[in-house]
Amino acid sequence: MRRLVKLAMQKPELASAMLLLVLVVLFQIRSEGVFLSVNNVRGFLGLLPETALVAVGVTLLMISGEFDLSVGSVFALMPMTMAVLVVAGWPFWAAVAVGLMLCAVIGFLNGWLTIRFDIPSFITTLGMLFMARSLTVVISGGFPPRIKPGEVPSWIFVGFLDDGGLIRASVLWFIAIAIVISLLLSRTNFGNWVRATGGFLPAASAMGIPTGKVKIACFMICSVLAGFAGMIQSLRLNSFLPSIGEGMELQAVAAAVIGGTSLAGGVGSIIGGLIGAILIRVIDNGMVMSQIDSNWFKFAIGALTIFAVVGNAWLRRRGRAMKVETDK
Amino acid sequence: MTTPIIETRDLHKWYSGVHALKGVSLKVDSGEAVGLVGDNGAGKSTLINILSGLHHQDSGDILVEGKPADIRSPKDAMRLGIETIYQYNSMVPLMTISRNVFIGREPLKWSIGGIGILDERKMREESVKAIADVDLHLRSPDALVGELSGGQRQGVAIARAMHFKSKVMILDEPTNHLSVKETAKVIGFVKGLKAQGVTSIFISHNMHHVFACCNRIVAMALGKVVLDKPAADTSIEEVSALL
Repeated sequence: MRRLVKLAMQKPELASAMLLLVLVVLFQIRSEGVFLSVNNVRGFLGLLPETALVAVGVTLLMISGEFDLSVGSVFALMPMTMAVLVVAGWPFWAAVAVGLMLCAVIGFLNGWLTIRFDIPSFITTLGMLFMARSLTVVISGGFPPRIKPGEVPSWIFVGFLDDGGLIRASVLWFIAIAIVISLLLSRTNFGNWVRATGGFLPAASAMGIPTGKVKIACFMICSVLAGFAGMIQSLRLNSFLPSIGEGMELQAVAAAVIGGTSLAGGVGSIIGGLIGAILIRVIDNGMVMSQIDSNWFKFAIGALTIFAVVGNAWLRRRGRAMKVETDK
Repeated sequence: MTTPIIETRDLHKWYSGVHALKGVSLKVDSGEAVGLVGDNGAGKSTLINILSGLHHQDSGDILVEGKPADIRSPKDAMRLGIETIYQYNSMVPLMTISRNVFIGREPLKWSIGGIGILDERKMREESVKAIADVDLHLRSPDALVGELSGGQRQGVAIARAMHFKSKVMILDEPTNHLSVKETAKVIGFVKGLKAQGVTSIFISHNMHHVFACCNRIVAMALGKVVLDKPAADTSIEEVSALL
């Protein structure tokens, strides 16, 4: 029993999940039942996969011990690239492939520059944040490209699955991707290397793990997921704007941290990042539905981030201090 | 005469202008327990880093079992059967014992291009067995390494090296920061290696620890070997005077 309590206390995502439950109940009561109504859940489920996919990538990267500020810009660059190509007459799937490849290249550059020149990824990706955003505006030529509804098969990504129009295909895409990344981290040797690289770099490299390649792979996965999420949002709204995703990089970091991922690397889980992303969306939406001045949204996220980090550190310390004998 | 398991010939290494190794030639025979002693900056760690693949010599040769060896990475060293246990601990504290034992050499159920699904049951079972083999008894392979004491961690590191059938085990300051009792345990592990026919190179600046478990003493000072004698023919006083 004690062992179980100890385990639970060391699982930071558990506390976040409980907070999530409390908030859902609270918002449901305060909004007089509107919060969990079909219409609101529909809106909520439309937006969630987009932020959560970015959070999944950022969480993976943070566990490997690095950081990506450029996800918000990549979020805008990928759909813009795709839309410009489609308008220029390219087939839809080719345009999607080029867009995602561009994301992979950006991720590779982020990683390669960080490793090769031994600079903090904070700086590399801050540079990339500006460069990718600028590229987005440049290739749009100042005028957002127009794609007529029905011109591209966007239903594959954002079409409603049911007649009532509650769940979009993007929810399935997101669940499938989250499961794959989560298994990659917890069940494969690659996941073991990611944790070792972020957890204690000298030991990982001494044991022959290609730590540079592992980090670059995480950077690439992170960028591709951000681009994919941006594409889903643009297809859902059927508008391709160079300004989407601004501020998203920090929300994604907040989601990861709220879910128990450490900025120092080595600690965290995909499910934690997911819960963090859901929490942020619930707070955003719940505040509106409860008619709380929505200007408090950023305040709430900020406070929650700090509270989560302090709380997780405390829980983990308490958990570790609970003695269970390691000797037989 | 038998072929030495490791031989170095005239190794030189410069670190940005500092001549850290000035022609080190050393032979280690199979089954020996060599104590490598020297003050800070004497070149012990440099020599070890070269043998374990973290750095590469600027000139000179390494022979493993009589064959020239080009050790370019830790993986190369491990492939040749040279396993190193570092003073800063070669474990990730936030990972479990079984995951640490198999870092970088995970058994897989299936894989594509080197990436695949871990065989976690095998990892658990074999790590429990490996740890028991060095006479260390831990309750669960799922405990985090960070929860173990310093001595237990070194025990797990040695168990890992034994599991992968390393022929030469290099222990870089394994007794640093350990309590008296824990130190005795680690020295016990090293004695156990000799009994199992594993060659070991034990690095320390604590003479007492080295004399307690080694049968040959090599002393280094200022990048050179200054003494190389069977432990029985020398004394702590003689070695100390040379450093």
